[in-house]
Amino acid sequence: MSRIADAFARAKDDRRAALVIYLSAGDPDLETTIALVLAAAEAGADIIELGVPFSDPSADGPSIQRASERALASGTTLTGVLGAVRTIRESTSVPILLFGYYNPIITYGEARLVTDAKEAGVDGFLVVDLPPEECAPLHGPALAAGLDLVPLVAPTSTPARVEAAASIASSFIYYVSLTGVTGARAVALGEAAERANALSQQVGLPVALGFGVKTPADAAEVAAHADGVVVGSAIVDAAAAADGQQAKVAAVRELVTGLAAAMAK
Amino acid sequence: MTDTTVEAGRFGPYGGRFVAETLVPALDELSRAYAEARADEAFEAERLDLLAHYVGRPTPLYRARGLSEELGLEVWLKREDLCHTGAHKVNNTIGQVLLAKRMGKERVIAETGAGQHGVATATACALLGLRCEVFMGEEDVRRQAPNVRRMALLGAEVHPVTSGSRTLKDAMNEALRDWVTNIANTYYCVGSAAGPHPYPAIVRDFQDVIGREAREQILSRTGGLPDAVVACVGGGSNAIGIFAAFLGDEKVRLIGVEAAGEGVTTPHHAAPLGHGRVGVLHGMKTYVLADEHGQIQEAHSVSAGLDYPGVGPEHSWLKDTGRAEYVSIEDGEALTAFHWLASSEGILPALESSHALAYLRPLSKRLPAGSVVVVNLSGRGDKDPETVQRVLEEQTS
Ligand SMILES: Cc1ncc(COP(=O)(O)O)c(C=O)c1O
Repeated sequence: MSRIADAFARAKDDRRAALVIYLSAGDPDLETTIALVLAAAEAGADIIELGVPFSDPSADGPSIQRASERALASGTTLTGVLGAVRTIRESTSVPILLFGYYNPIITYGEARLVTDAKEAGVDGFLVVDLPPEECAPLHGPALAAGLDLVPLVAPTSTPARVEAAASIASSFIYYVSLTGVTGARAVALGEAAERANALSQQVGLPVALGFGVKTPADAAEVAAHADGVVVGSAIVDAAAAADGQQAKVAAVRELVTGLAAAMAK
Repeated sequence: MTDTTVEAGRFGPYGGRFVAETLVPALDELSRAYAEARADEAFEAERLDLLAHYVGRPTPLYRARGLSEELGLEVWLKREDLCHTGAHKVNNTIGQVLLAKRMGKERVIAETGAGQHGVATATACALLGLRCEVFMGEEDVRRQAPNVRRMALLGAEVHPVTSGSRTLKDAMNEALRDWVTNIANTYYCVGSAAGPHPYPAIVRDFQDVIGREAREQILSRTGGLPDAVVACVGGGSNAIGIFAAFLGDEKVRLIGVEAAGEGVTTPHHAAPLGHGRVGVLHGMKTYVLADEHGQIQEAHSVSAGLDYPGVGPEHSWLKDTGRAEYVSIEDGEALTAFHWLASSEGILPALESSHALAYLRPLSKRLPAGSVVVVNLSGRGDKDPETVQRVLEEQTS
């Protein structure tokens, strides 16, 4: 079982939802990212999504757009992110999912990336602009190497598309709570979480819900139904609002602690 | 030949659908609605009626006397500048906004660079009674102020885009973000033969009237096919629009002209076909301008309509197969051609189209005297005097 699948299984054994924390790698630099990942893992994150910056993040709202711009301004590359994962692996085995857009991956080379990512200690990939019918060049090598490719299912996905997503999933499915970009304000999170739960029953895989989950109260509401809760823009905002690495670490630690506590209730 | 119909979604290895999952069902819905509309006689009748009596088609094919004499060629200009709103863009927006209406959408969004597609979308929406919102990079809002005013007068709301390089690519990102958010009631009217499938095929099909008319006109005026067809390439809609009808005429050379900006050896150009690499941008696999880490680079051209770091996927395929050739023209050469057409024919060309015209000089050295060349004059230059003036002042200061 992959480390990611294992994290969901352990959370289930504890009768709670898994907490997935998104961080924009390189915002404002990779040294800070390493410290933030370690703090988030210590504070109760079950899985880390590490955002690889892209110049044209067309599925992201302002928070992650700005974070990507800061990361690119400090010279963050996919190679650099893999180096950061190597450093993180000296201290923690928290599952790490690379989250991003396809063009940097194409440029790096899909097969080469899978080899290098596995060596660095990456557990899987989530590529926003790579739907199931286009994913073979990455899915093939990832599957062979035992790395997960995590598909997205949206409120607009048809039954046939849900099946296509389930057919490539090896650890979990990411359910997008709303039609919109990251950081959007969600309405009716509870209803979305119920849909995530129904989806999980249908496909027999854990389903984590993301987009619009910001506060510990939001996380608790989603955790009541879904197998996993993803918090992204709120984490990025908390880090961005704090000045200096120490303050950023403290802010992320506090938010993750609060999210984990609310979900444990 | 690969199947390049709307159903296939591929041009060789290019095209496809590289978008967020949320959008894929909407693209499926669009493909279905488009196929149904094109098979519906009433839809086609309304579209063709509007093209004839509202847009003013067929547009003339004019034998450019001064240019022909000077170059020793037979130069024919396909006068898309005479379309209502001043560019070929309206051929596409009439088709797509009719489709939006048929699909029951209340709201149309569009991205625009030069503002021509924004104006053409606002025009079609005013005509057909749909709400229109246009995303435009802040940099382009500044460069193309007259078109921003035209859009407002036509009732469209213009959203300046302040992310990234604040030009066309960022406007397209913002339009995609809006679409994913408002997918239920919104139609995204893409302005070039680019973006995720089925847009490249839809826009080509709505623009191929240019080439079908030009082919008939040149046959009836000269009794034969041209030796070459030349068009500028931004996203690639006017070029594919005039090329499509000639694809099967293997003796006709198809030449696309990209913007070389300050020169293709500098980082300041907009020539992904000539000097880019294969990648994925805005939902399509195609040639893009990107660095060695896969970050998209800012394009540069004096003409806002060519200032785009990607290109429609069918052009990538035509390049690889060799059916079309792609060359580039620098800012300065395009400006010279702008003045050249103004003084020798009494026509102000769009700066975009000026790139195609500028290539006539080097082309005249490669072709035998008397060769017949059709140039797609994709738009008029009434939007450009301020830019031309500014560049002149920068050069003299
Ligand atoms: C007059 C004119 N020609 C050409 C273009 C470039 O677009 P395309 O390559 O899609 O024809 C534009 C874009 O704004 C334009 O306004």
